Amino acid sequence: MTPLNRKKERLDGLAASTAAPAAGQAGGVDVMDPVDPVGEAGAVRDAEGVSLLASAWRRLRRNPMFIIGAVLVALFILVAVFAPLLAPHAPDDRPLIGQISASTNPIPKAQDGFPLGGDEKGRDLLSRLIYGSRQTLIVGVLATLGGLAGGVTLGTLAGAFGGWVDSVVMRVVDVLLSLPSILLAITIASLASQPSQWTVIVAIAIVQVPVFARLLRGSMLAQRSSDHVLAARSLGVKRSAIVFRHMLPNSLGPVFVQSTLALSVSIIEAAALSFLGLGNPDDSKAEWGQMLGAAQNLFDLYPHIAFWPAACIVVVSLGFTLMGESMREALDPKSRR
Amino acid sequence: MVGVMLLLSLLLFVWLRSLPGGPASAICGDRCNPAKLAQIKKTLGLDDPVIVQYLNFLKRAVTGDFGVSTGVQPGRSSMEIFVERLPATIELGVLAMIIAVAAGIPLGYLAARRRGGILDGLTLTSSLLGVAIPVFFTAFVLKYFFAVDWHLFPISGRQGDIEATRVTNFFVLDGLLTREWDAAWDALRHLILPAVTLATIPFSFVFRITRAAVLDVLDEDYVRTAEAKGLSSKVITRRHVLRNAMLPVVTIIGLQMGALLGGAILTETVFGFPGLGDALARAFTGRDYSMLQLLILMAAATYVVVNLLVDITYAYIDPRVRTR
Repeated sequence: MTPLNRKKERLDGLAASTAAPAAGQAGGVDVMDPVDPVGEAGAVRDAEGVSLLASAWRRLRRNPMFIIGAVLVALFILVAVFAPLLAPHAPDDRPLIGQISASTNPIPKAQDGFPLGGDEKGRDLLSRLIYGSRQTLIVGVLATLGGLAGGVTLGTLAGAFGGWVDSVVMRVVDVLLSLPSILLAITIASLASQPSQWTVIVAIAIVQVPVFARLLRGSMLAQRSSDHVLAARSLGVKRSAIVFRHMLPNSLGPVFVQSTLALSVSIIEAAALSFLGLGNPDDSKAEWGQMLGAAQNLFDLYPHIAFWPAACIVVVSLGFTLMGESMREALDPKSRR
Repeated sequence: MVGVMLLLSLLLFVWLRSLPGGPASAICGDRCNPAKLAQIKKTLGLDDPVIVQYLNFLKRAVTGDFGVSTGVQPGRSSMEIFVERLPATIELGVLAMIIAVAAGIPLGYLAARRRGGILDGLTLTSSLLGVAIPVFFTAFVLKYFFAVDWHLFPISGRQGDIEATRVTNFFVLDGLLTREWDAAWDALRHLILPAVTLATIPFSFVFRITRAAVLDVLDEDYVRTAEAKGLSSKVITRRHVLRNAMLPVVTIIGLQMGALLGGAILTETVFGFPGLGDALARAFTGRDYSMLQLLILMAAATYVVVNLLVDITYAYIDPRVRTR
């Protein structure tokens, strides 16, 4: 075994452990002729006679980790959606600009109507935090969707064709995996002459691609040799149909779990890029990572400016992590007891 | 493995050539005119086809010549800077890993033994927080309290104003070798905050993997057999549970070495720690291409080598791998 296989092995193991419930569902739903009740007998069933997905959901509902994570994520999304109603000021409004003087009072204090005070440009910190949830959500979701799209494309190519296509795709993935993710993100972000919101999103998306690709390829390969694919092939189903209707839908389970975790990683890495000066220079629309990055110079004197955006990032990424981890545990057949 | 490195070096080379500005205008500086630019391009061989340039680069790279730094420390050879800064990052990374392992494995074991207990809940939450908090924020908070506010540790750098003899450039080791205890102690004090910061990344993984692995092993038949035949719980823990549970932990330690280097970029920047992470951050802002090429290739090479070491460790811990 070559040494580089470690990271891959972990991803493949992940794919295999969560691919099982999807495959079980496939036995009952996708391939078997609905008219033929014998098909049901082939379906993998839980001991209590519930399908794996249903039993996973039942365990999730009772898991406090999942509930807490889901509540945090739901709150985050609600705040993001209703930001204009919740925030007392616009994110680029400068109502406190008059109180700022560079030498004596660079940061306006908390006061009536401004519970957290202002920032270094005289804007209301609370309003910026509330609006910040929007941009943060957009960055996280777009970066994850980008990574998902790229990863699913590559993973499907590799898993569906196998052979030399698989080898080529996986070599590229290996190269991307051999660099620490934040280093890769910095490398890609610095490619653009002018940093912007989009360079951040693209950089983080590309970092996620190899993880998704490897994960999907793992579960696709497991599907290739499974009975329902063999059955479809022996019935003369076209390869494209086998790939898109039988293999792909059954392989997506672990990928979706991973994307929950990827959302939290995206938000944190966006903050890291901003911190290193590779983030969006335009701060008229607030974004937490950017706010935290901008606060670094004021940290020694005014730590609260950095604390609030950091706290928001921590709470939200904790929410996504809790959800993702408990979903992964619930879908893993080994952990059902 | 060699293939991955070659492919990476090619990709990196093409990527660096396609960056806006490019090395020639970086060297040429602000007051640049076309004639001067053309002259620099010619001396650097930038007019040659990319493939010729790449082969030339490879030829020089195998002899350790990665060109001259233009941004981090202009004028010095990149390899020289790398060699000088490498010990700093190794010291930092090793100490961080020691902290993470020393905390993660015992806590993971205890948490698994008392599954669902208070300790389990507390450590699980803190390990999740370790993933959720951006590492540079941890760095700021630790620096703010322990260095700025309470003056317990130095704010930045590798060593204070102190007479110290250099032998290996590993400052702590140097102090120990030359019996300059105060120098060693001072270097260690400079290391502690960055190392604790950096340790939060691998800690959460080491802890969670240990916990999961111990839970798995505790369920195994051979543990029940060992209990049934009346072995003391100490022997069971050491020979049967921990030894088997360590296999996935070793893997995750290897994997996390790469993540450490990524975290070092952020940690070293906050603490002004003159290691490779700091050099990387400067190389990016200063568009120092030869330095970048060297550092990124070395990062990937480290990853490959560490994984090789993990495989060797595997053979050492797990007799099954040896016989295969």
